[in-house]
Amino acid sequence: MWVYEKKLQYPVRVTRPNPGLAKNIITQYGGPDGELAASLRYLTQRYTMPTGQAIAVLNDIGTEELAHMEIVAALVYGLLQGASIEMIKKAGMDGYYADHDKALYFVNAVGAPWTATYIQSKGDPIADLHENLAAEEKARATYEYLIQLSDDPEVTDVLRFLRQREIVHFQRFGETLDLVQEHLNHRHYFYAP
Amino acid sequence: MREDRERMEMLKELQELSFVALEFNLYLDTHPCDRRALAEYNCFTQAYQAAKMRYERMYGPITNFGYAPSQYPWQWIETPWPWQIGSEEDC
Ligand SMILES: [Fe+2]
Repeated sequence: MWVYEKKLQYPVRVTRPNPGLAKNIITQYGGPDGELAASLRYLTQRYTMPTGQAIAVLNDIGTEELAHMEIVAALVYGLLQGASIEMIKKAGMDGYYADHDKALYFVNAVGAPWTATYIQSKGDPIADLHENLAAEEKARATYEYLIQLSDDPEVTDVLRFLRQREIVHFQRFGETLDLVQEHLNHRHYFYAP
Repeated sequence: MREDRERMEMLKELQELSFVALEFNLYLDTHPCDRRALAEYNCFTQAYQAAKMRYERMYGPITNFGYAPSQYPWQWIETPWPWQIGSEEDC
């Protein structure tokens, strides 16, 4: 069960329409290293984690990623709100507009829709945790590219917060990998699985 | 407008307190025997709950499904929703 909190995890202020920036940032909504993929990856992997500790980390980071998805959505929504058709055309967002108007949809920066093939759930906790470590680094790199592309300081501030969270998640997944490895070695020596 | 600024300040306080609680939560997930971190988590949890109740008394519930009461009429449906706050024209 989840409970919704009617607040963003981090404040988002967007005062200037900017469809060009929205077009790039939307990849963290529905792209391969975006927040939807992150959230669903961890939440679905948690069932086959071997310890309560590992389940907790996947559960809690997967939940935080949902809050990040909402932050990214608020950015894209805000950047599109006041945009004129002229601005949308100039930014090359007219194709998106034809299909979705200014609605939120799960696509990457060039319009490819989200797919479950972005994520894996292998049943092997070591494999899954390594995937998650890589996923956090890829998300961090994406936020760094978006920060380079951003020409709006208010938006950049939010992107920096999100980038920082990927670093913390990477840290927690690394510790979890150590703890799970320890658990598996221990089990191997003292009793048969 | 002044009420608006007050509301934004209280909201920011909520965001800060719940962020600290979340951060200690993730840390404790991999360091469950760290007593100092646990004490901090409990302290910030209490502070967050108190701030949340203060905010909700003035501006309506930020949680539903039995986690906060509502005045009449049902307040949950009131705007602004979170993504409507930062994008509205500031006057
Ligand atoms: Fe993350």
